[in-house]
Amino acid sequence: MARLVFLGRLADLAGSPEREVAPGPLADVLAAMPRDLAVALLDERVRIALNGALVTGGEAVVLAGGDELAFLPPVSGG
Amino acid sequence: MGIDVRLLHQPFNPGQFVGPFTHAHPGLGGVCTFVGEVRGGDGIEALELSHYAPLTLPGMEGLARRAAARFDLMGIMILHRTGIMLPGEPIVCVSAAARHRRAVFEAVDFAMDHLKSDSWFWKREKRGGVWAWIEPRAEDHSDLTRWA
Repeated sequence: MARLVFLGRLADLAGSPEREVAPGPLADVLAAMPRDLAVALLDERVRIALNGALVTGGEAVVLAGGDELAFLPPVSGG
Repeated sequence: MGIDVRLLHQPFNPGQFVGPFTHAHPGLGGVCTFVGEVRGGDGIEALELSHYAPLTLPGMEGLARRAAARFDLMGIMILHRTGIMLPGEPIVCVSAAARHRRAVFEAVDFAMDHLKSDSWFWKREKRGGVWAWIEPRAEDHSDLTRWA
């Protein structure tokens, strides 16, 4: 399995801060989610980190078993 | 040159950290410390800060290294709370030590402006028993232009 991590308000929207999903293309993972959540995760202001490193073009990510993909909305600062 | 960056998950007393930090830099000419606390009033009952471990601490460590190099510091300490905090509790403590005072004033100001605008924290506050996420503030970003 792979793990999705939702930060900030995305955790509220997803109903939990983490979710286990089957490995595979992120596009497939998102397609299986409620539409409002998928749209929020793909917002251009949401950054994506794969296994702790920021990536661009996150929609093209293909999740492998054990991967952790984090969705990071705009920070509100310390 | 000493860099001490920590995420703290429980209430802390800044003085307990500032003393040892100061003593670790013999020969310094000045230490400047800023402590940020959860602001009271305005119906605030609590503040919660969440973070993402793989990014938050490395980001703070990078900020500390940049400040240390830019202001020629002998040392810098950045302590930041996570979790649920009550009004009056410290959230952040930044302390800088150097040979001369101007460097430490500026280093702490620099570190705070960056912590407030581009560190990996998400904040929500509770009023009337209801939690609401805090959106990024334009002022925090304009503060950064001071250091461009």
